[in-house]
Amino acid sequence: MSSDIEFSQKFEINGGDFSNAGRISTSIKEILKEIGIEPSIIIRASIASYEAEMNIVMYAQRGVLTLSITPEKLHLKLEDEGAGIENIEMAMKEGFSTATDEMREMGFGAGMGLPNIKKNADKFEISSIPNKGTTLDIIFCLNKKEKN
Amino acid sequence: MTLKEIKELLQAEVIIGEERLDDEITFAGGSDLMSDVLAFGKPGILLLTGLSNAQSVRTANIIDAKAIVYVRGKKPDKMGIELAREIGIPLLSTKFMMYTACGLLFSHGLPGVSGLAYKK
Repeated sequence: MSSDIEFSQKFEINGGDFSNAGRISTSIKEILKEIGIEPSIIIRASIASYEAEMNIVMYAQRGVLTLSITPEKLHLKLEDEGAGIENIEMAMKEGFSTATDEMREMGFGAGMGLPNIKKNADKFEISSIPNKGTTLDIIFCLNKKEKN
Repeated sequence: MTLKEIKELLQAEVIIGEERLDDEITFAGGSDLMSDVLAFGKPGILLLTGLSNAQSVRTANIIDAKAIVYVRGKKPDKMGIELAREIGIPLLSTKFMMYTACGLLFSHGLPGVSGLAYKK
C-alpha cells in the first residue's frame, strides 16, 4: 500500500494553541494547490483538515496530521493524544458539543466539526479510546470525474 | 455589486485591500460561527462576521472567500490583518450590526449563498 505514495508530510499540532489554530490547514491548502489537486477537492480537504485541526487544538494535548497523496487518493490521518471521545455516535450528531466558552469564542465548538468532516470526505473513519486519544482517517478520491 | 459599492452602502472602512475595491461580489453569507461558514461557504463568497480573531481570516481563506466585512464596528486583531495581507483577502469594517448589514446588501440585490453545502 505505502509503496505507491507520491507525497507524504507530517505536521505536529499542539493542543490548546488557539492563536496558531488553523495554520497547518492553511499550509496544506497551499501544498494541494501547488501539487495541482482539483479545486473542488482542495476546498473539501481543506475544510475537513481545518475542522480536524481545530478539534485537536480544542480537545487534545497534542496530535499529528499526516497528509499523504497517491495518484488515487488524498489521505488525511489525524492521531491525537488526549481525552478521546466517550460516545462517538453522539459526537457525530450535529449540535452535540462539549466545548468550553473559550472554544466558542474562536467561532468553533458548535458541534459541527465531525459532521462537517464526514460530509466533505469520500470516506471517513473514526476510532477513539477514552483518556488515550482519537484517530481520524479522512479520504478523498482523486480519480473521480468531476460532477457538475 | 463591486466591493466599492458594498463599502459605500455599509459606510465601511477598508482595513486592507483598497486596491481590490473593483472586485465583483456576486453573493454573501453572514455568521459568527466558523463551522457554519465552513458548512455553507462557497468560493467567491463575501463573508460578514462579528468574529474578529485570526480564525475568521483562516476560515475565509479555506473556503476561498472574496472578502470579509466585520460587523458592529469590529476589526480583526494584528495576526488576522497580517494573515489577510499574506493571502490577499480584503477586510472591511462596518458599524452596522449583522442584521442591518446583511439586510442592506440583500435589499440592494446581493443574494445569499445558494444551497446548503459545497457540492461534491
